[in-house]
Amino acid sequence: MSVKESSAAVFSDSPGKIALRNLRKDKRSIISLTILGIIVVLSLCAPLYSGFIAHTQPFESSLDATITLHGKSIPVLQPSTTGLGLGVTPIGPTWNISHYFLGADSQGRDVAARLLYGGRSTLFIGVSAGLLCIFVSLVIGIVAGYRKGWVDAVLSRILDIIWAFPVYLLAISLSVVLLTSGLTLLFIHIGPGSFALPILIIGVVYIPYVARPIRAQVLALREREFVRAAIGTGAKHSTIIFREILPNVMPSVLVFIPIIVSLSMLTESALSFLSIGVQPPAASWGTIINDGLGLLYTRPMVGIAPGLMIVLTAAALNLYGDAVRDALDPKSRSRGD
Amino acid sequence: MFAFIARRFSAMVFVLVSISILVFLIFFATPGVDPAARIAGRNADQLTLMQVRHSFELDKPLPLRYLSMMRHLFIARDLTSYVNRGAKVIPQLTQAIPATLSLVIGAAVIWLIAGIYFGVMAAKSKKKWIDPTISFLGIVGISLPVYWLGEVVNLITQSKLHSSVFRWVPQLGYVGLSQDPWQWFVHLIFPWLTLAVLYAGIYVRVLRNEITVVMGEDYIKTERAKGASEKRILYKHATRMSLITIVSLFGLDFGALVGGYALLTEVVFGIQGVGKLTFDSLQNFDLPVIMATVMYSAFFVVFMNAVVDVLYAVLDPRVRRV
Repeated sequence: MSVKESSAAVFSDSPGKIALRNLRKDKRSIISLTILGIIVVLSLCAPLYSGFIAHTQPFESSLDATITLHGKSIPVLQPSTTGLGLGVTPIGPTWNISHYFLGADSQGRDVAARLLYGGRSTLFIGVSAGLLCIFVSLVIGIVAGYRKGWVDAVLSRILDIIWAFPVYLLAISLSVVLLTSGLTLLFIHIGPGSFALPILIIGVVYIPYVARPIRAQVLALREREFVRAAIGTGAKHSTIIFREILPNVMPSVLVFIPIIVSLSMLTESALSFLSIGVQPPAASWGTIINDGLGLLYTRPMVGIAPGLMIVLTAAALNLYGDAVRDALDPKSRSRGD
Repeated sequence: MFAFIARRFSAMVFVLVSISILVFLIFFATPGVDPAARIAGRNADQLTLMQVRHSFELDKPLPLRYLSMMRHLFIARDLTSYVNRGAKVIPQLTQAIPATLSLVIGAAVIWLIAGIYFGVMAAKSKKKWIDPTISFLGIVGISLPVYWLGEVVNLITQSKLHSSVFRWVPQLGYVGLSQDPWQWFVHLIFPWLTLAVLYAGIYVRVLRNEITVVMGEDYIKTERAKGASEKRILYKHATRMSLITIVSLFGLDFGALVGGYALLTEVVFGIQGVGKLTFDSLQNFDLPVIMATVMYSAFFVVFMNAVVDVLYAVLDPRVRRV
């Protein structure tokens, strides 16, 4: 009895289970998921931090605010001591968690609180755009690869055109056009400040990167014997697609998810840095880096902190992507040793 | 082979024409967007809008406007800017190209050397710590936002240390190679390094994985069985096979970068290249300039795509029959 059970455990595991087991054992996936978890929780706690710990309004400028530091009352925007004495320099990092931990920006807003709120925007847009892109690519890839013929020809040509368009140019063109008036499609109107715009734009530009390999894979799968057998037994198209094709392209899709989410996030912050992504008063890591541009030489922390968050998140996502890839395809991991 | 090239290049023309139509439609036919209002400014009255529509020919049908713009861009070559009325677009573009080319070529040299060197090292090294270390650095490289890295570099080289270690680093900007080669070099060295980091990261990762996969192939086992040395297997077979992937990747990246993908680096380092020109004209809604730069960049991307495909066909005859 026990022998039978254990042998069943060894031989009947599905590839998915084996992959999951590999992933659980992989140190990289543990490290990256921990980092991502911390970043997500911190971002989700943004309102708690600004409301109960820092007692600050991260989206309103407070030009004449003062804080008490070492028993003295200090203005957040300090009069400049160099040059003509004109203008103000925001307070630098206090390294005190309860106020202006990372200092203030040029409008006297708490950078640490904005950083947490910025994380919400960046992560939300990155994940939504990434998943949107993967989903649309999956549909396009399967339809093109499965139907073949003119459907494939048309879809492939469209992908070729988007592919030839440098990602940032396409994203920037769309953002510049849509940001002032928003987008009206039939009855749906998306307002200019809505996160739906960057999500849509970023989701669209990366579609060829995912849809092309999936299409190629579906084309190859369609000629495999088990798919032909299913066709031969008279299975419906939907059955063949969902039971035969989809499970076989899922591994590549899973590998794409962390990579595309990371790319989407980087693109979002780049667009926001160029002030054509997330619009004020909302903040994202990219807009905060932009805020820090003017303060680069006096208060570098305003620009450095959000960049570090981006690097940390993107690196964790890529590390996780590597772990997922190796878990699904043990061949790519080792070099024969 | 000739038929293949002809087919590939006619597809290229098709893609280019489609892109020009797509850009045109994005700017003139997006639902809910009125280009006249964008050109006239935020609070323009009806009369001004009418005048703008008339003087920019926005009251003519779309296909006519498209054809007229293409004729001015490619045949008469006298397309003028919307913002600086009278300023010709093509000279603006040709002035921007050398800066972008200088930036991209220099960065490409650095990332190719670094990428190939460390990629091969990660794949071949017997020491346990080398592969994970290089892989980790590769991940950091591809995760760095280039504009942020550029800012950090500026902070280091232009701020406090500027009076000591980095005294030799000039102000941000670009100096032409023909004007002063040394100044050209010192102006570009940090932009080169910044731009190269991302691509070095990508190439290290790709090369390492390619070599690893090739090393598992049957013909490598055959070589081993024949008694070929590990060194010969690594360089003569595995690395050489993997370099085909690198060549095609390089073609695409180079095309994209020359075509304006280096925009963020150009913005951060104040280099007046093609990317910066595109970005500035996008902000002003200067459509003729956008059209010219996008066509130019799409040309580079599509052309490099086609070159890569032809190269592939040269290297691998099976591709020709597809």
